[in-house]
Amino acid sequence: MADRIDVQKTYKIYIGGEFVRTESGRYYPVTEPKSGKLIANLCLSSRKDFRNAVVAARKAQPGWAGRSAYNRSQILYRIAEMMEGRRDQFVAELKRSGYSAAKASKEIDTSIDRMVYFAGWCDKYQQIYSTVNPVAGSYFNFSVPEPTGVISVVAPEDQPLAGLVSVVAPVIAGGNTCVVLCSEKSPLTAVTFSEVLHSSDVPGGVINLLTGQETELVEHFSSHMDVNAVIYARSHKDNLKRIQENASLNVKRVVVRNEKDWTDAKHENPYTILDTLEIKTTWHPIGV
Amino acid sequence: MITDKDIQKKQRLDFTSAWTYDPAPESSDHVTISDKYDLFIGGKFVEPVSGTYFATVSPSTEKKLADVAEAGEKDVDNAVKAARTAYDTYWKKMSGRDRGKYIYRIARMIQERAREFAVIESMDGGKPIRESRDVDVPLAAAHYFYYAGWADKLDYAFPGRKTQPRGVAGQIIPWNFPLLMAAWKIAPALATGNTVVLKPAETTPLTSLKLAELIRDADLPPGVVNIITGAGQTGSAIVNHPGVDKIAFTGSTQVGKLIQKSLAGTGKPYTLELGGKAANIVFEDAALDQAVEGIVNGIFFNQGHVCCAGSRLFVQEGIADALIGKLKDRMETLIVGDPLDKNTDIGAINSRAQLDTINGYIETGLNEGADIYQCKCDLPSSGYWVKPTLLTGVSQSHRVVQEEIFGPVLTIQTFRTPAEVIEKANNTPYGLSGGIWTDKGAKIFKISTKIRSGVVWANTFNKFDPTSPFGGYKESGMGREGGLHGLLPYVELI
Repeated sequence: MADRIDVQKTYKIYIGGEFVRTESGRYYPVTEPKSGKLIANLCLSSRKDFRNAVVAARKAQPGWAGRSAYNRSQILYRIAEMMEGRRDQFVAELKRSGYSAAKASKEIDTSIDRMVYFAGWCDKYQQIYSTVNPVAGSYFNFSVPEPTGVISVVAPEDQPLAGLVSVVAPVIAGGNTCVVLCSEKSPLTAVTFSEVLHSSDVPGGVINLLTGQETELVEHFSSHMDVNAVIYARSHKDNLKRIQENASLNVKRVVVRNEKDWTDAKHENPYTILDTLEIKTTWHPIGV
Repeated sequence: MITDKDIQKKQRLDFTSAWTYDPAPESSDHVTISDKYDLFIGGKFVEPVSGTYFATVSPSTEKKLADVAEAGEKDVDNAVKAARTAYDTYWKKMSGRDRGKYIYRIARMIQERAREFAVIESMDGGKPIRESRDVDVPLAAAHYFYYAGWADKLDYAFPGRKTQPRGVAGQIIPWNFPLLMAAWKIAPALATGNTVVLKPAETTPLTSLKLAELIRDADLPPGVVNIITGAGQTGSAIVNHPGVDKIAFTGSTQVGKLIQKSLAGTGKPYTLELGGKAANIVFEDAALDQAVEGIVNGIFFNQGHVCCAGSRLFVQEGIADALIGKLKDRMETLIVGDPLDKNTDIGAINSRAQLDTINGYIETGLNEGADIYQCKCDLPSSGYWVKPTLLTGVSQSHRVVQEEIFGPVLTIQTFRTPAEVIEKANNTPYGLSGGIWTDKGAKIFKISTKIRSGVVWANTFNKFDPTSPFGGYKESGMGREGGLHGLLPYVELI
């Protein structure tokens, strides 16, 4: 018998900056792959949870986009700081999910560094993607990027933290807000990531994290009329087709990011930010 | 007692009775239109395997201009194969510099034949010659000229990346700016190293077919540009052809959604430039006469057949009466009639089907309780025409406020505060364009950043330029055409 009975964590979903249980009251067990021992009962999120999360994301979007780029940059950097502080916890959770110590270390190191990488882009991508356009007329004409809006994200199933950070960081760096479906079989680090967000000055609703089943939720992630784009980072072809079909209901942008290794440095580029940006062109007359 | 209103009434000018213009028709003698047009595939005109032809009529006279081939599935397949062969044999091996020289040739030859293109555009589509002469044709030439120069400079377009063409681009364009939309599609596709299968709209195929002749004369390698005619089924065959590597569509949101759905699961990239319902917002501090010109240009330009038309007017309450009065006066000076007359402001509605759609919406508006004002102008006895129309007394929930009419019909609403007008302007599934009229620069930038649309015109409206990216937010589509951003849909970044 252990000296002390440890206090186990309730793994909840994260909507509008609050840790809530699924309204459906449903759960699914997550176990240690080797021993089969129960780690926790995770929320099996429902359509209603998703819809609540979209409301929170929509509410948060203008405020998040309206913050100065410098401020957004600092908040992303703050996320990295908080992740660093919880490094051991992330490693322990990855190991419980079956990761070797070396793989777990690489996963968390990549995740922290990647967050810092995208923190740095928050106040720079605008200068890469903006243009002043030499129109043949007496107008000052310029194009600037603006966020696409509310993004639903089906995060990678494997590499549950590095994958999550790689798809979500560019979305929020660009001023969007999002609702994310986390890895189903390895959701622990994603839930802990939501606790990091909670202590990182990220406004409630900017990132909403749900746990649950892909096949149940992709229908709602792609058909909701107040979602502007879907990022799909898994490999299920039928689900992708369903997402792409549903996207046509309100002309959602669909971004497919089916990658093998999320720790690869190729995921560090500003073009992933461009995936959820819109270009606005303004014409302004020149005259007296 | 004489009130301010009476004085205003007295001072309103009478533009209608004393002002007349003699006809000033543009001659069409120098224009040759064949009786029959085949499909332009692999560098030459070939008869359609389908064996069928359809008539294209002039919407201002209702007379047939020519018979045009209808491309069936086999024809589409032949066009795609020709484009693939051209891609593999010539185009992907050619240097950017040489590609550019071919595109420059197209630009120059359009300039040389500008008058001919303008006349045919007005005959086939119904738009006033003044617009086809001063807007459509010169902008089309400029578009080729702009993108020609990009062909050998693509390494500088996207930092840290090189570009690779997609391959064969399938392109479907609408009937409102036929030659110009062909330019928006063909020029960036060729510059980035793709080959093209283009389908013009079934009501306006002639300038695209004339363009095919021009491309043949410019000696482009056979199959680099293929132009095939037909209606929705032909378009659908292009979209669903497995040999097409990229789809670019401009047209209605309804069809755009169908295309997006049918491309699901194929992995084929696509760009969509769809409908709009732009808010044109006039603040109290705007220069009113200038705003009136902008409103007129915003909604009556090209008979309102403009996806980015300023079809919802929002006027700040304090100036509503004065502005609407001036707008009505200005509308009475508009000349509606023969598209080939150089005095004409508003030409013919593009087709009978579109005429029915517009009239249907006007009726809907009246049934929903709107008040109507139409120009007192006379309309020609034959052809398709709609008088410039205002609908007032409407609200957000009215169909005429929510849905794209695509005709010379303007809805007018009032507002009190900037916050209110932002809310109303964005309360639409569309997000293509918007207009702001105010004397205050800070207000322009405040409002323009809040309007969810791809283009915002401040103290102007309906301006276009090849260097200026154009495209929509939300249900108005995805991807940009024009400028550096217009290269992106046609390349893979590596």
